[in-house]
Amino acid sequence: MNISPAAIPAFDPAVDAPVPHHAIYDYDSGPPVNRGKFAIWLFLATEIMFFTGLIGTYIVLRMGAATWPDPADRLAVNITAFNTFILICSSATMVKAVERAMLGDNGGLIKWLALTVVIGACFVGIQVYEYLELLHANNTPDVDIFWSTFYAMTGFHGLHVTAGVIWNLCILVAAIFRKIPQEKYMKVELAGLYWHFVDLVWVLLFTIVYLM
Amino acid sequence: MNPVATPAAPHVHAPHVQPGEGEPGTVREHHDHHELGFLRKYVFSVDHKVIGLQFLFSGLVFLVLGGLMAMAIRYQLAWPWQPMPGLAWMFPATGGAITPEFYTMLFTMHGTIMIFFVMIPLLTGAFGNFLIPLMIGAPDMAFPKLNMLGYWTMIPAFFFILLGFFVEGGHAAGGWTSYPPLSTIESAAPGSLSGQTCWLMGLTWVGVSSMMGAVNYVTTIVKMRAPGLTMMRLPLSIWGLMITSLLQLFALPVLTAASIMQLLDRVLNTGFFTPTNLLVNNVTPDSFAYGAEAAAAGGQPLLWQHLFWFYSHPAVYILVLPAMGFTSDILAVHARKPIFGYKPMVYSMSAIAGLGFIVWGHHMFTSGMNPALGMTFMVSTVMIALPSAIKVFNWLGTLWGGRIHLRTPMLFACAFVSMFIIGGLSGIWMAATPVDIYIHDTYIVVAHFHYVVFAGSLFAIFAAIYHWFPKMFGRLMNETMGKIHFVGSFIFTNTTFYMMHQLGVAGLMRRTADPYAYDVYQQLQPINEFITLSAFCMFAWQIFFVANFFHSMFWGKRVGRNPWNAASLEWDAPSPPGHGNFDRELKVYRGPYEFSSPEVAEDYIPQTRAL
Repeated sequence: MNISPAAIPAFDPAVDAPVPHHAIYDYDSGPPVNRGKFAIWLFLATEIMFFTGLIGTYIVLRMGAATWPDPADRLAVNITAFNTFILICSSATMVKAVERAMLGDNGGLIKWLALTVVIGACFVGIQVYEYLELLHANNTPDVDIFWSTFYAMTGFHGLHVTAGVIWNLCILVAAIFRKIPQEKYMKVELAGLYWHFVDLVWVLLFTIVYLM
Repeated sequence: MNPVATPAAPHVHAPHVQPGEGEPGTVREHHDHHELGFLRKYVFSVDHKVIGLQFLFSGLVFLVLGGLMAMAIRYQLAWPWQPMPGLAWMFPATGGAITPEFYTMLFTMHGTIMIFFVMIPLLTGAFGNFLIPLMIGAPDMAFPKLNMLGYWTMIPAFFFILLGFFVEGGHAAGGWTSYPPLSTIESAAPGSLSGQTCWLMGLTWVGVSSMMGAVNYVTTIVKMRAPGLTMMRLPLSIWGLMITSLLQLFALPVLTAASIMQLLDRVLNTGFFTPTNLLVNNVTPDSFAYGAEAAAAGGQPLLWQHLFWFYSHPAVYILVLPAMGFTSDILAVHARKPIFGYKPMVYSMSAIAGLGFIVWGHHMFTSGMNPALGMTFMVSTVMIALPSAIKVFNWLGTLWGGRIHLRTPMLFACAFVSMFIIGGLSGIWMAATPVDIYIHDTYIVVAHFHYVVFAGSLFAIFAAIYHWFPKMFGRLMNETMGKIHFVGSFIFTNTTFYMMHQLGVAGLMRRTADPYAYDVYQQLQPINEFITLSAFCMFAWQIFFVANFFHSMFWGKRVGRNPWNAASLEWDAPSPPGHGNFDRELKVYRGPYEFSSPEVAEDYIPQTRAL
């Protein structure tokens, strides 16, 4: 066993100096999926865990509570049902927008994406209206645990929808002013994946917060 | 494993493009000669190496801050209520003797800073950033701008965590675990005024930063490996960092959700963690909140513990898995032997991570949970000993019969293995519910996690700094100074933390400003004095590291691409690597541990050499 290590050779410019003006070696090791798409799925996994934390809290608190109010007595279920319906519709318009982008149809993309943005904004608007009505009736988050969980869950979902609307709006502006070429359709698809996720979370939240 | 992409023909003209931003699978001619300005190069850099160094330096600065707090804690435990040198300006009435509230703030912030602002940023932020693209043969991260954002979201975290020291009532004082209602009810502790709010804001920003980093790391490792570098040819450091990133992806958002809910409890008076009919300091819930407002009740304090530990137990594997990876690499290089059992190493790391998700309840044995549930958590915890033991045996197997070169990185890596054995063994032992109920919240727990995190992970970080310093700065750290640093640190670390086991068995409680108020603990004060003196020596001893680090950065021995004769890809790049990392095309033919091969004259075969 050789305890004493060999001497470390000093810097040798012949082998050790960097080669100037070299190429950049950017490899792809597969799987055959776009890097952005891969990353957005990872990001959505974190989002799933985030909402799992919120929804899990709701379930634990509700199971542990002696009594839990009937949501129908406290919330305007009909208006929110309509809101849910239009949000699901916006997922359909988003699908059309991604399809148009894939085909390189910039005009079609603008039309469907604009529709998605408008519906998304309507959803947020209706939610803000709902909040204002509730707060006006002194149903603030500090009243009881029902309102605490209600505002936390729907509020964070609303923030996610708002972020999605802003994201779609940025793509819309880019499509209007710079035109999104066919090969860049992934830009739209990534926003679409996020949008569908937000939509799906709402279907869950609507079911457990408003209906159950 | 994965299909190997063959690089397209070189000399595709695409100037002014950052690495990692172009179409994958291409080799691009590099025409971007202009030098970046100071701000673009060192501050708002998108280069993974600079971002890694930013994490490294900020982590080391916070290490000093957290260390100073540890010294203050030790001073109080050795000589309670004696005037603390240098703190007379803070406590003029007592001439520098601290208050009990200040002590609770000290241990809270020591834990918080060391875990969230030192260890996690150093392991995943600094070495994750620096090593991942270099070790897989990539020009940069998959998303360089997201990577930059990952460091810049740490800035608000730094701001809030430092701001907390200057608000009324001082910083958070509910322990680094922040159990409610102590942390949510303002009248419960002075640090629960605004300090706790700063703490929660800081942690939320750290969470955002870690999430960005983790997405980037996993994407980079999966999508950007050099041709021929299959997953089973990755260095174990990369496996450790990738599994860590997956842990962060799946566990961290739960803590983010929990800390946001605690923040809402504090700011909007929601009641997630405030039980009904709570009485704190003889005050009823109605007067808890700001002004005369009432806070909602009906929540569950225990729920916070579940949510917190659902992240923070995997977090201890976040603290140790990258360190295990670095150690594996360093042991193989300096023992000139292939790592013993490469695949079992990968599987055992994965097993540790997987089991890590179902053991969080072992922090809560005394919380009054169902004993059947405690039994489940006990069994799953003890099972973690299995993959951990596989790793330790493989490390020993790597050393067995190797030509061991006892250079500084090797010394620290061996120290990691031996300290991890001590810390790991006490971990199995205290995972047993009956044992834990006796030793819960005593100094034996403190000894255990300091053996794993300080003597384990921090020693691995030292090993990694000494080992990859030549790649970072193109210079070698001074070997003699490094050995002096190692010997002192090793001895004083053990004299500091080993005696804590004895204190714990004697029943000494942690988080107590003056344990000697109880007669039974008065006999333990001499041991505490000894520990404190050891801790002071250990802290002072780090001057050898700091001096060596900065001296070697500028005046160290200039070395070439591969000073250690290591086989993995990062040693193929120039030291320090320039823009785009690699100046020649890479093709990988073998794993990273081909040492002492009989097939060649030299004692190693680089991954890129075809035979």
